[in-house]
Amino acid sequence: MKIHNGYNVGLGVDTIESITELGRNEAHYKIPEKEFPFDPSKPNVKLFGTGGTIASRLDYRTGAVIPAFSPGELYGSVPELADICNLKTEKLYGVFSENMGPDQWKGTAEAIGEEIANGVDGIVIGHGTDTMHHTAAVLSFMVQDSPVPIVMVGSQRSSDRPSSDAAINLMNATYAASHSDIAEVMVCMFGPTSDQYGLLHRGTRVRKMHSSYRSTFRTIGDIPLAMVENGKITHLKNDYKKRRKDRKVNINTAFDPRVSIVYYYPDMKPDIIESLIDNGYKGIVIAGTGLGHVNKPLYPVLKKACEQGIHIYMTVQTLWGYVQMFVYDTGRDIMELGVIPASNMLPEVAYVKLCWALGQSHDSEEVKKIMLTPIAGEITEREPHNGYLILQGGIPEVEEFISRYKR
Amino acid sequence: MTRKMEEMTASDYEAIGLRSGLEIHQQIDTEKKLFCRCPVLPYSDVYDAQILRHMRPTLSELGEYDGTALMEFKTRKNITYQINSDTICTYEMDDNPPFELNPQALDIALEITMLLNCKLVSEAHILRKQYLDGSIPAGFQRTTLLGVDGWVPFGNRRINIIQLGLEEDACREVSDSGHERVYLTDRLGIPLIETVTAPDMTTPHEVAQVAVILSNLARASGKVRRGIGAARQDVNVSVTGGCRVEIKGVSRIPAIPLLVHNEAFRQVSLLEIKRELSRRGITDSTFSSEYFDVTREIAGTSSRYAVTALKRGFELRAVVLRGYRGLLSTVTQPGHTFAREISDRVRVVACLDDLPNIVHDGEEGDSFSDNEWEIIRKKTGADSEDAIVVVWGSAEDIETAVSEITLRAKDAIDGVCSETRQSLPDGTNGFERILPGPNRMYPDTDLPPIVITEEMIERIGSALPERPWERAERYVAAGVPNETARQMSISDMRFLYDSAAAKCNYSPRVLMHFFLSTLQHLKKSGRIPGLTEESLIEVLEKAGKQNLSIEAAAFIIERVCGYDRTGIDIVIKNLKIPGRKELEDAAGSLMEAAGNFDSLLLEQYLTGKVRGRFNGIAGGKDVIEVVRNVILSRAGNSGRR
Repeated sequence: MKIHNGYNVGLGVDTIESITELGRNEAHYKIPEKEFPFDPSKPNVKLFGTGGTIASRLDYRTGAVIPAFSPGELYGSVPELADICNLKTEKLYGVFSENMGPDQWKGTAEAIGEEIANGVDGIVIGHGTDTMHHTAAVLSFMVQDSPVPIVMVGSQRSSDRPSSDAAINLMNATYAASHSDIAEVMVCMFGPTSDQYGLLHRGTRVRKMHSSYRSTFRTIGDIPLAMVENGKITHLKNDYKKRRKDRKVNINTAFDPRVSIVYYYPDMKPDIIESLIDNGYKGIVIAGTGLGHVNKPLYPVLKKACEQGIHIYMTVQTLWGYVQMFVYDTGRDIMELGVIPASNMLPEVAYVKLCWALGQSHDSEEVKKIMLTPIAGEITEREPHNGYLILQGGIPEVEEFISRYKR
Repeated sequence: MTRKMEEMTASDYEAIGLRSGLEIHQQIDTEKKLFCRCPVLPYSDVYDAQILRHMRPTLSELGEYDGTALMEFKTRKNITYQINSDTICTYEMDDNPPFELNPQALDIALEITMLLNCKLVSEAHILRKQYLDGSIPAGFQRTTLLGVDGWVPFGNRRINIIQLGLEEDACREVSDSGHERVYLTDRLGIPLIETVTAPDMTTPHEVAQVAVILSNLARASGKVRRGIGAARQDVNVSVTGGCRVEIKGVSRIPAIPLLVHNEAFRQVSLLEIKRELSRRGITDSTFSSEYFDVTREIAGTSSRYAVTALKRGFELRAVVLRGYRGLLSTVTQPGHTFAREISDRVRVVACLDDLPNIVHDGEEGDSFSDNEWEIIRKKTGADSEDAIVVVWGSAEDIETAVSEITLRAKDAIDGVCSETRQSLPDGTNGFERILPGPNRMYPDTDLPPIVITEEMIERIGSALPERPWERAERYVAAGVPNETARQMSISDMRFLYDSAAAKCNYSPRVLMHFFLSTLQHLKKSGRIPGLTEESLIEVLEKAGKQNLSIEAAAFIIERVCGYDRTGIDIVIKNLKIPGRKELEDAAGSLMEAAGNFDSLLLEQYLTGKVRGRFNGIAGGKDVIEVVRNVILSRAGNSGRR
C-alpha cells in the first residue's frame, strides 16, 4: 500500500478489517514527451533500441522494465541531445542483453545497412551492457567498411536513478556518432566511475570487466580509440577507419551458431569435448590457461574432434596477452592435434568470429584464413606497454593518483 | 511582526495557532552499515580518493517529478565525494547494488518501534527517497517504514508518533561554493532511525521537552549511538494560515525553542505581506514583473557592488516587481527582512553565494546611491509603487537568478512557502530547498520486501526494555522521590542499579541516592579507579547484610578498589565502626571547640566534623541523631545553670 507520504508498506491480508475508498489518484508514468526539434545544420543520427538499462524505465505496475524511449521521451529526459544532433529512434528489440543472439545480431546489422543507405551521419545502438561486447564484436564482422560511426551504448545505473550514467553515456555516444571521425563499431561508456569522460572502445577489443561499476568497459591489450566529454573528442589512437561521404558498406550476416566456448579448468575431463562432438558442434574456442594450454587427458578427444572436421581455436583465459604455443612442448603437442592458436583475440570475440567464419565456409583452410586475418582490430600485431594497466590499490603511488584525481 | 520569545505565553502561541512536530534522526549502534558490510567507525575527515557525480531528477512511481528535485537540478552542481577506503566500499559509491539489509539494525529498529507503541507493518518495503543535493551518491536514500501510529506520554496527554523508519545516513557537507559542492562520506550508510511525531506541540518549549523524551526513549534500548552528530532533529513548524516548514539539522535540543519561535513569527510576517498584497489587489493573475539588463547603465557609476561585479565579468539585471513597493523591507526574523528570502533563493538556486547578491531600492543603508537608482528607474520605467531588485552574476547564472527573484516574490501572494530551511546558530533560519513531497519516493527494485515475522515480533517484543516512564513509575512506587526516579530512569547506571537493588537490602531511596550522588562523586574525584561492577555489587550486598550504613559501604568500596575480591571480607572485618559512645564523645569534644553558632548551623557543622573524624564510616542518620542529642543536652544543661 502506498501511503500519503510516498512510503510503501506491506500489510498482511489477515490484518485488514475493512477498506474504504476515499479518492482516486492515477499513476501516469510517462517521461514528459516533447517533439524532438529538427535543425538542418545538425547531423542526423539514428538510435536503435535493442533493450537493456539505457533505454529503459520501470513499469511499477508490473515491476517490469519497459525498454526503448521514443525520441520525444528522450528529449524530455535528456534535452541536451537536441544540441548535438537530429535524432530518430527505432526500437528493434526489447530484450535484456543476455537474450541477444544470432537473429537479433543479423537484424541489427541489416538495419544498420539500411540506415547507412538512407544517409544517416551516425548510428547509436542502445544495448544491455552484459553482452554488449559480444554484439560489438559480431557487428564489427557483419558490418564492414561503414562510412559512419556505429556507437554502442548502455548504462550501468538505470535511468530511473538520479545518479544514473545513462544520460551522460547517451550524450557522449550521440556526440561520437554525430561528430567523430571514427567510422568503426565502438562501445561508448564511462571512462572513470566519476561523471567525467566517456571512452570510445574498438568493438573487437572491449570487454565488460566488472559486474556493477560504471567504468566497467575496458579496452583489453590496447588503448581506447578516444575520450569523449562535453562535446569534445580527444583521440588516443590514430590508426582507425575514417568517416567517408559515400554510402557504401558491406553487410555480411552469414552465421553458423554451432560453436561453443570451452573455459578450460584443471582436471577437465574429455567427456566435455565428447559431448560437443556428439551434439554436432562445428567449432570450439578454447579459453586455455597461460599461453594457451589444456591437460594431456584432453589430447585424444581434441584430435578426434579435429579429425571429424571441427574447427578448434585456442585463446587465453588471462584475456591479456597472446597465445604462444611454441614456448612449451605441450603447446606444440596441442597444435599437432589440429588446434589453431588465435593470437590475441579475446575468447568471446573468437567465438563470434568463428560463428561468422563458419557462415562463410566450412573448409578448414578457408576458415583458418578468415580467422587469422584481422578484419576489425580483433588481432593486433603488437601489444603496447600501456595496453595492460591494472593499477593495484594500496600501492603508495596509486593511492596518490586516486586521491588527487577524481577517478 | 516579530516578538521576543521571553515575552510570549502559551496563550500567545495559541493565538497564532502554533503547531510543531519533530523528526528525530538517531543512529543505531551496529557493527556494520545498513546495506553493505562496511564497518561503522568513528568519523574522520581523512580520505584517500575522490569521485565526481552529477544528479538528474527521475520520475516517481506515480509518474511525477518532485519539485525539490527539479529545483536542485537547476543548480547544476559538480558534486565531489571524499572517500576513505576503510569505511566506504563500492556500494556507498553507488557502483554496486545493495547487500541484504543488516538484520542487527532491523532488530534494534523494531525494538524502538515497539517502545514507541507503534503498529508494525507486515512487510517492510525498501523505498528510494530522492536527494538531488548530492548528499547521497546514489541520488537517493534507501529507507523503509517499520511502524505507524505510536505515542509517548507527555504530561497529561499523549504525543502521537506518525511513523518510524529505518534508513541509511547521508554524507556530511564539507563546502558548497558556486557550482562546486564537496561531501565527506564518513557517516554515509550508517543505519539510523527516523521518528516522526504529529504536530502536537503548541509552544516552543514543548518541542524541546518532547525531543528529550524521544531521545531518552531511544537510549532506553541501549543500542543507539551517542556523541556529536549521532542524533539530529528536524523541526516542523506551522501557524494558522501558514504551512509546514521543516527546519533541518538542529544538533542541540536547547537550540530548538528559539528556532521554533522565530519560524512561527517568520510565518506570521509572511502572512502580513500576503494580506498587504491582497489589499493592493495583487493576485496570481495580476502579478507582474519585468527584468532589464542594466550592466551598461551601471558601468558608468561608482557603486561598489557594480565595480566588483563588473570586475568579475558579471552582468547586472534589474527586476521590477510591480506594486511591491516597501514590502521587501518587512522584517521577517530578527535582523532579516523579506529581501533575505529572495536573496536566499538566488544564493541556493542560482549559486550566487557571495553576499550580498542582491540589493533593492527600499533598502536602508548600503545600496546604490539615489542617483544610481534614478538611472535604473529610468531604464526600467518603474514607478513609485514598484520595487526594484538588482542582481549580478555570470551570464550562465543570471537568468536563473532573475527567475528565482520573480518566483519568490510571486510566492508571497500565497503567504508561506512549503520549504526545508536550515537552522542557523543565532536561532534564525535560511532557505535550503523547496519541501519535498511524496513524489520523491519510489520503490527500490534492488531488494525484495522483508516480512516482519511472528517470530521476530515475539523474540524482540518479549525482551523489550522498560520504557523510561515505566521505569520511573516503578521506582516511585518503591518509595523513591519523583525527580530521583526520573533521573535514574534515563541514567546509564539504571541496569547496574537494578541488579544491585535486587541483591542488597538498602532501601531503594538510599541506594538510588548512593548511585546518583555518592558514587558519581567518588568516580569524579578519581578515588575508585578500576572498580568493577561485580565488586561494587558484592560490597553493597555484604555491607547491607551486616547492617552497615551506606556511608560505610562507600568507605569499603574505596578501600577495596583495585584489589581482588577476596579483599572485601578482610576490609569489612577490620572495619572499625564507631559505636554510639564514640560518636557522642567526638560530638561533645567538637562542640566544646566550636564557637557560638545558632543551633541549626551548629548541627550542620558538627555533623560534618564528626563524620570526617570517622572517615565517613559512621552512618549519616546515626551521626545526626547523636549531634542533635548532644546539642539538646547542652541547651538543657545551660538552662539549669
